[in-house]
Amino acid sequence: MAYNCVVAIKQVPDTKRITGEAMNADGTVNRGALPAVFNPEDLNALELALDIKDKFGGKVTVITMGLPAASTVLREALYRGADDAILITDRKAAASDTLATSYILSCAVKKLDYDIVLCGRQAIDGDTAQVGPQMAEKLGIPQVTYIEELLTMENRHLSARRNIGNGWQEIKCKLPVLMTVIDEANEPRVPVAIKLMKYKKARTPIEIQMQLKKENPNASDAELKQLADMKIAELAKQGLLIKQWDLNELQADMQWCGRDGSPTKVHRIQSVVLTARESKTVEASEQGITDMIHELITDKTIS
Amino acid sequence: MISVNPKGEVWVFAEQHEGKLEDIGLELLGRARMLGDQLGVKVGAVLIGDNIKGLAQKLVHYGADKVYVVQHPLLGHYQTNSYSKVIYDLVHKYQPQIMIYGASSCGRDLAPRVASAVKAGLTADCTDLQIGDHENKSEGKTYNNLLLQIRPAFGGNIIATIINYDRWPQMATVREGVMPMPEPVVTRKGEIVEEQIQIGKEELPIEILREHRQPKKVNLKASRIVVAGGAGVGSKENFRLIWDLANSLGAAPGATRAAVDLGFIDRDYQVGQTGTTVRPSLYIAIGISGAIQHQAGMAESQKIIAINSDPQAPIFDVAHYKIVGDLNDIVPKMIKAIKARV
Ligand SMILES: Cc1cc2nc3c(=O)[nH]c(=O)nc-3n(C[C@H](O)[C@H](O)[C@H](O)COP(=O)(O)OP(=O)(O)OC[C@H]3O[C@@H](n4cnc5c(N)ncnc54)[C@H](O)[C@@H]3O)c2cc1C
Repeated sequence: MAYNCVVAIKQVPDTKRITGEAMNADGTVNRGALPAVFNPEDLNALELALDIKDKFGGKVTVITMGLPAASTVLREALYRGADDAILITDRKAAASDTLATSYILSCAVKKLDYDIVLCGRQAIDGDTAQVGPQMAEKLGIPQVTYIEELLTMENRHLSARRNIGNGWQEIKCKLPVLMTVIDEANEPRVPVAIKLMKYKKARTPIEIQMQLKKENPNASDAELKQLADMKIAELAKQGLLIKQWDLNELQADMQWCGRDGSPTKVHRIQSVVLTARESKTVEASEQGITDMIHELITDKTIS
Repeated sequence: MISVNPKGEVWVFAEQHEGKLEDIGLELLGRARMLGDQLGVKVGAVLIGDNIKGLAQKLVHYGADKVYVVQHPLLGHYQTNSYSKVIYDLVHKYQPQIMIYGASSCGRDLAPRVASAVKAGLTADCTDLQIGDHENKSEGKTYNNLLLQIRPAFGGNIIATIINYDRWPQMATVREGVMPMPEPVVTRKGEIVEEQIQIGKEELPIEILREHRQPKKVNLKASRIVVAGGAGVGSKENFRLIWDLANSLGAAPGATRAAVDLGFIDRDYQVGQTGTTVRPSLYIAIGISGAIQHQAGMAESQKIIAINSDPQAPIFDVAHYKIVGDLNDIVPKMIKAIKARV
């Protein structure tokens, strides 16, 4: 019995890498200095999908919504064993909050043949953990969040262990289902050399167009289009064309997309500036420490 | 979605498991009370389960004017679909203007499902909630008395304030321990509203096979003093120093994620963005660099002592007492000084 998996992945700024170099002198973050990476728990979701494919057969499709540069994470998924990759990119999708994002992603998933949808629990740039459950609601399928281990898969039912924070829960559920996966679930595999060699040339149409424009700054739009069409046909023949869908293709209802489709709006953004407070330096000597303890006892901080 | 309804109540999801209320719901009632008073509207608590009506009075004591009780044998165990359907129905019936949930594993599973069904906004993991106005310059319009949903973003490096002005209810999740627990007032009176709700097997697509909830081993939040160690402590053996100092003060030990990852101490003791948020009278940070994610869980402490060999360590930016030096030398001196006093 084979199962088709769709994995929703995201390219994120590597917020873990916020070190000295990524900090401005005023204590704020220099976002440009942060590399873009495959969201860590999405790798765990991909790993679980690949594991299901290894054991039961079926197809693994990865989808991402983002800027053209997000094609990078699709290639990384292909290097690891994904069968198909789809970029959803559209200017009209800009400024989507989690609700609009989940709507757009669900439109894409509905076009695919799936048994299981997988997501990482959360993305490190927002840490909201909302898109998975919201997508499940839009697809009208149950969600099983915080998957730590997939236990069984039989007769179109799965059982799994969830990490519920202060303990665990084992559940059983009929497919189709959406699962969100946590980092404890598995150790994501590394890229396979032979796939890397093949798919490093894989491109989305928009990447091809951008590249040609850069290489032929004086070409007319018509010439560029002709060149792009040729290149796209060539990659398609080699199985190296990454699919690209826009909102039109998804037949998405614009009232639920982008800024209009997003009920949450940003009122204000403040950089965290580490503020100095009234403080004293304590001598590391016996006397210094005794005085400090005395002070804390006197003001009743220590009783 | 419901339309903008400034007369709507402020609601809290009162999480309970096995007939026991979670602290987070009570903490949220404290803030909901403030918001409700500011807006001049009532505060409601939504209590869902089987045979749980007896818990309603406690919610009144903690600040609810009304408790919406939904009891049904099929609601005995939390399930995303059944609980979100109940809330969806209640939201449409009563049109609350605000609804807040704990950012617990249950709340973070439930709230987005509700938000998607209601087609309303949701802000995750707020650290503060206030009422304020929003001026939309492009529309030339000011929206008054909105819920300001304040949260760290971008790995804790920015603070974003999120609002929703056109599609309500305004919904948010809040981490445990972020809002102070209110004092219960046992004389407070409230109304208990029992709701009848249709629920069928189709709302229960999940079969729960087994479940294990361990009571929290450590209660960092309740401690007046927390003595926390970081990667600088060096080894599990040396972490003894942290335990010893904590014992001498009657304090709880705490740790950074790095110390937990290195196996010095159990994950339950982690303080910070992905651990527990604490606000004790005294926080002693030992061999801790002071990463922003760690500070997110302790910067609100009333007094902070930092011990670090690196005078440039960011932890010193939030410390009230700065001790530059080797912790292996300083901690024993502290223990000695404390023992000499008591
Ligand atoms: C999404 C995300 C969430 C996170 N959540 C959390 C969280 O909840 N909690 C958390 O703590 N971290 C969290 N982190 C990790 C955080 O970024 C830091 O990596 C971590 O807090 C560092 O721990 P540390 O201070 O113990 O270690 P280090 O940064 O390695 O610091 C060790 C310190 O010890 C000092 N030192 C060394 N030897 C001595 C000595 N002999 N005497 C005195 N001082 C000494 C050093 O000068 C140094 O400052 C998170 C990170 C991310 C990306």
